Amino acid sequence: MLTKRIIPCLDIKDGRTVKGVNFVDLKDAGDPVELAALYADQYADELVFLDITATVEKRKTLVDLVKRVAAAINIPFTVGGGISSVEDVSALLNAGADKISINSSAVKKPELVNELALEFGSQCVVVAIDTRFVENNHYVHTRGGRTKTELKTLEWVKEVAERGAGEILLTSMDHDGTKAGFADKLTSQVSELVNIPVIASGGGGNTQHFIDVFGKGKADAALAASIFHYKEVDIRELKKSLAETGIPIREH
Amino acid sequence: MELAIIKYNAGNVQSLTFALNRLGIEPILTDDPAILTKVDKVIFPGVGEASTAMNYLKEKKLDKVITGIKQPFLGVCLGLQLMCKHSEENNTDCLGIFDLAVKRFVATEKVPHMGWNTIQNLKSQLFDQVVENAYLYFVHSFYAEKSEQTIATCGYANDFSAALQKDNFYAIQAHPEKSSKTGQQILENFLSIK
Repeated sequence: MLTKRIIPCLDIKDGRTVKGVNFVDLKDAGDPVELAALYADQYADELVFLDITATVEKRKTLVDLVKRVAAAINIPFTVGGGISSVEDVSALLNAGADKISINSSAVKKPELVNELALEFGSQCVVVAIDTRFVENNHYVHTRGGRTKTELKTLEWVKEVAERGAGEILLTSMDHDGTKAGFADKLTSQVSELVNIPVIASGGGGNTQHFIDVFGKGKADAALAASIFHYKEVDIRELKKSLAETGIPIREH
Repeated sequence: MELAIIKYNAGNVQSLTFALNRLGIEPILTDDPAILTKVDKVIFPGVGEASTAMNYLKEKKLDKVITGIKQPFLGVCLGLQLMCKHSEENNTDCLGIFDLAVKRFVATEKVPHMGWNTIQNLKSQLFDQVVENAYLYFVHSFYAEKSEQTIATCGYANDFSAALQKDNFYAIQAHPEKSSKTGQQILENFLSIK
C-alpha cells in the first residue's frame, strides 16, 4: 500500500542550513549534507531543501550542494527557492535533485509550469503555494508569504494541476509557525480538487496534528521543519505512532 | 567490474551514478554499441516519456543493440516500460523483450503513483535478502501488467509488475537508487548476478 510521507524541510542560506539546528550528534549542524543523511537514517521519506540565499551570485553554490546531497543520500529530495527558468531546473536535476519546486515564479509566469512539465516531466515539478485567509477567502501569497496576490488559492491549485504540476506543496501562512495543527480543511479541499499528490505544510506541532492532516486533511505527505530540527518530534517515533493508528507509513 | 549506463535522452542519471559509486562502481555512460556489448553489466535508466525515448533509441539504432545484449541487463522505471511490447503512453511500440502491455493507471487513485510502496511475491536473485513487503520508492503514471515474467508485484489502483525478468533481462519499476537500504541491496544483488 502506498504510504503517507513525512518530509523534513531544510532552509539553506549560502550553502548552509539556517534556523540554528540543535543536534548534539552532528559534528556540524550547519552542514545540510550531514543533516540530510541523519534524516534519511531516521526513515524520513523525502527531503525538501529551500534555498533562501538572497543574491544570485551566491545561488550558484546551490548546484554544488545538490551534488553533495545526491552523492550522500539515497532517498528522494526536492529543491526550491528562486527557481525561475528551464535552465535553473536543468542544472539542479542534472546535479541529482529529484524534483524542483517553484512558487513566486509560477505566479509571475504560469506558462513556466507547462514548460517545465513538458521538458522534464510532471513528476519532478512541484508547485509550492503559500496561502493566507483574507477577506473571506484563501489567497495565494508570494515573496515568502509577504505579498498578497489576486489569485484565489483553490483556483490556482486547479490551474497549476491543469498546466502539468506533478505535486502541490501547500503552506498555510495562517498556521505556519503556530505548532497548533495543519490547515486540515483547506488541505482536504485541495486534495479533493485535483488528482495529484498534496503535501501539507505549516502548523505541525505534534503527532495528533499529523494524524489529523492525513485523515481529515486527506494529505498525501506532511512537511515540517523546526519540530524535527529541534527534536520536539522524533521522526521514527512519529512514524511508529502513525502506523499504530492504522495510517500506512514506512517504518523500515 | 565494468558497468555501462545506456546514454539516451530520458532523464538524468546522476542519482543512479552516485548510488553505484557508493557500491564502489564507476559506471560508464555511453551509447556506443561496442562498449555496451562488451561490459559486464548494463543498466537502462529512464525518466521521461515513452514515444520520445523510443524514437531516439530507434534513430540511434540502440533498439537492436539493447535487444541483442547477452550480459545481465537492468531496466529502471521508464526503462522497464520500454522493455515491454507496447505502451499506452502516446501509443508507442516498444522493445518487446517482455511480451506485455504498459497501461495508464485509472484515476481511482492519484496519478502519478508517487512515494513508498511495498513489494510482494518476490522471486528472483534480484531480491536476495529483501523481505516481502519491503518498501521501494515509485514515481510513475504507467505500469506493466502482471505476467509469468513478473518477479515482484506491487498494489496501487491495481496490482502491477514491480519487477520483471526474462533470461538476462531484469527490470524494476521503482527507483532502487532512491529506495534507501532496500534499493541499495537490489543494486548490489544485480551486481552479483553472473
